[in-house]
Amino acid sequence: MQWQSWSAFWEMGGAAAYVWGSYGLTFALIALELVLVLRRRKDTVRRLLRWRRAVGKDKGRRFEPAMEPEQ
Amino acid sequence: MKSTDRGPSLLRFAAPQNFYPLAGWLAPWFAAVAALLTVAGLWVGFFVAPTDATQGEVYRVIFIHVPAAWMSMFIYLVMAFWAAVGLVMNTRLSFVMSQALAPTGAMFCVVALWTGALWGKPTWGAYWVWDARLTSQALLLFLYLGFIALTRAIEDPRRADRAGAIIALVGAVNVPVIYFSVKWWNTLHQGASVSLTKAPSMATTMLVGMLVMAVASWAYTVAIALWRVRPMILERERHTEWVGAVLEREAQQQGGRA
Repeated sequence: MQWQSWSAFWEMGGAAAYVWGSYGLTFALIALELVLVLRRRKDTVRRLLRWRRAVGKDKGRRFEPAMEPEQ
Repeated sequence: MKSTDRGPSLLRFAAPQNFYPLAGWLAPWFAAVAALLTVAGLWVGFFVAPTDATQGEVYRVIFIHVPAAWMSMFIYLVMAFWAAVGLVMNTRLSFVMSQALAPTGAMFCVVALWTGALWGKPTWGAYWVWDARLTSQALLLFLYLGFIALTRAIEDPRRADRAGAIIALVGAVNVPVIYFSVKWWNTLHQGASVSLTKAPSMATTMLVGMLVMAVASWAYTVAIALWRVRPMILERERHTEWVGAVLEREAQQQGGRA
């Protein structure tokens, strides 16, 4: 064990701002990325369902084959 | 008996309708590995690895700085690889894969620069210097941002794919420049502590903590890229029957609202 006490751990030998500033931003960015990715998934499902209904893809269970013609 | 009606089993997953469920199944496993290794790596980094003789405690930034910097370079190379596969084989899933990796590569690039700045201040006396390592790493961030901006700005996905692939391939030249910058130029940034040809110039527990965190970052990248690529696949394949079926299932799980 490297530390005499928890307060010594948090102080990081006087480098607390640098060490915790590094770890803080990293984990904040990872949390943000996870939230954005999960939200995008929900948004995409909702938007595509609305789009499919609007273009009538799901009426009577008849689907068109894949489109987007080659240019 | 060998079945001849199916292609080689791995190539099956080049088809979006096969890759989509595979990605959904794999991602949570990689995320779990990433979480476990992060806990293990941080434990080694903070409670097992000793205080550095010259730098004191501030060196503990290394456990995210080096893995983040490695991943930022590695992800760019993987992006370039998928871009090349897409251009040569004309497989659209490859382009989508390289686009799903870019935001995470940019994130690790920001982390490497940020933690480097916070490490540089107490050890060099400056958050930033225009040294070859730092400058080429900053260029990597702009390559990521350029790639993301370009692929999103072009409406036609085929043109966006190709334009992005060119940036990914041309920009890949920068990655060896970053890696070898500390050798080629006289930089303030220290040389590599870990290389394939020499014994590492650091305490074993420090090295172990760093390598565990590097594997954790890699597993995280796989998980997040697979999660990100899934809605992108749905978007691209929205005209197909299988996406219709997937959407119906998702809508039911979300409580039938749309």
